[in-house]
Amino acid sequence: MRIKNIVLAAAISLGLGALAGAETGTLVVDGSSTLLPVAQATAEAYMDKNPGIKITVRGGGSGIGIASLQDSTCDIADSSRPIKASEISVALKKGVDPKPSVVALDGIAVVVNPKNGVTGLTKKQVKGIYTGGISDWAQVGGTAGKIIVVSRDTSSGTYEAFGALAMDGEKMRPDALLQAASQAVATTVSKTPGAIGYVGIGYISDTVKALNINEVECKKETVWNNTYPYARPLFMYTNGKPKGEAKKFIDFVVSAEGQKIVEEQGFVPLKKQK
Amino acid sequence: MGITDKIYKYIFMVIAFSSFIFLTGIIIVLFKEGLPVLSSTGIFSFLFGKSWYPTATPPEFGIFPLIMGSLIVTLGAMVVAVPVGIGSALYIHEIAGEKQKMFLKPVVELLGAIPSIIFGFFGMVIVAPFLQNLFNLSTGQCAFTGALILGVMAIPVLCSIAEDALSVVPKSYREASFALGANRWQTLWKVIMPAAGSGVSTAIILGISRVMGETMTVLLVTGGAAMMPKSIFDPVRPMTSTIAAEMGEAAVGGEHYHALFAIGLVLFLITLLMNMIAEYISRKYRMKLGMDV
Repeated sequence: MRIKNIVLAAAISLGLGALAGAETGTLVVDGSSTLLPVAQATAEAYMDKNPGIKITVRGGGSGIGIASLQDSTCDIADSSRPIKASEISVALKKGVDPKPSVVALDGIAVVVNPKNGVTGLTKKQVKGIYTGGISDWAQVGGTAGKIIVVSRDTSSGTYEAFGALAMDGEKMRPDALLQAASQAVATTVSKTPGAIGYVGIGYISDTVKALNINEVECKKETVWNNTYPYARPLFMYTNGKPKGEAKKFIDFVVSAEGQKIVEEQGFVPLKKQK
Repeated sequence: MGITDKIYKYIFMVIAFSSFIFLTGIIIVLFKEGLPVLSSTGIFSFLFGKSWYPTATPPEFGIFPLIMGSLIVTLGAMVVAVPVGIGSALYIHEIAGEKQKMFLKPVVELLGAIPSIIFGFFGMVIVAPFLQNLFNLSTGQCAFTGALILGVMAIPVLCSIAEDALSVVPKSYREASFALGANRWQTLWKVIMPAAGSGVSTAIILGISRVMGETMTVLLVTGGAAMMPKSIFDPVRPMTSTIAAEMGEAAVGGEHYHALFAIGLVLFLITLLMNMIAEYISRKYRMKLGMDV
């Protein structure tokens, strides 16, 4: 009996899913886990305003989002990194032409344990720490002790952005601790006195201290005026220039209302809100 | 055979063979997606290469540090899980009274029902910082922490399979042993353990498989550094957590994507080898005891 019910429920939901897919007012958003909270919150707000529209938001990674855009199984692919040349060529072969829309900005903050006396580093020092030339806090003006380097996984969009901005694309030292999520980086740094890590601006809190880079603080003003060196755009990719429902949704995300949500979710809005 | 019987026979045949179909499908996909990187990188430099830099230019796909990471964590976990798991099974099955049994069995099962993400989270937030302070380590996220937690996670698997093995030992073995004047310890060690040997070996091997394939916990507590571990207190990056952490971001169809499938293939072959060893041991033991093979 129970199994029957489960089968029935599955059949009904499959059927409903197929029906929903046939409607014109649906959008599927897939991709970056960094952008997931923004996509989720803006989609909810958009659906409240447009009850006829159904937006499905999935996370999983920038690569997954772009792969499903290539296979036309999503309308919008969130990505925390620019699309790669190899991904464009695969997409073009499948008749998909990915076009980016910048929907938010992010500052990548270099964070240390609050007990650490160091308050700032130069770009060169950050590069030295992450590529392996600098291994002790005494080398950068702190109290002597091994630097525990914490990073995101080398395949995450955040790592790729940081690698390009802070390490000039050079290889990271092999003994760096790789964490699967930004929250894990923040937790590790907050629990490890000698640690250094990097996280999105939204993860700065009382438990981790953000360092000034080249004497510039990581905050939205310095991201806007381009003085903070580790800032990156976040993208939504569409097949061709956004059109139809996808365009309306992306327009909503970049509108004043959408950007307010972007800021609430811990990212830097595109321009100053009045 | 009536027509209904026949229909049922075929329905159940399809169901029974579905596992075979799934297995074949998985093997085909693993080989198809994993082999391209073996031909481009070379099987030797893939298996024994010491640098894993999948996103560098040019990328390097050497999984030896990942294999070592998996091995060191698994060995460590077995050091914890084998004595505790088998010991628990022996106590529950042979020594404990009814009341204790009624309490201990569900407790062990409950330990096995805890989702691995909870172990991982617990390990990351509580155990790793604790061990870090205790041993004065530079970081608590290391192979040791992973081994400790995976060992605890494997206890229920080992305990319940070993207990099943003990329960199939015929009662007459025990009675004969006691009748010959052997005490409880001698009976347990010299008669019951060898008789249950194949089942206990299976328990250990399945425990190893469980630990090898465990992903979420190692992802959170072993630090994830893809370097050759020099000691058990170094951070490691086991194969499973590499796949889990990187699959979402790898460009589908790219070299990195194929490399992750190839790691899956290596994991699968290791598990296959382990199952074959388990089968071999179990046959040998049964023959020694004069049981039906």
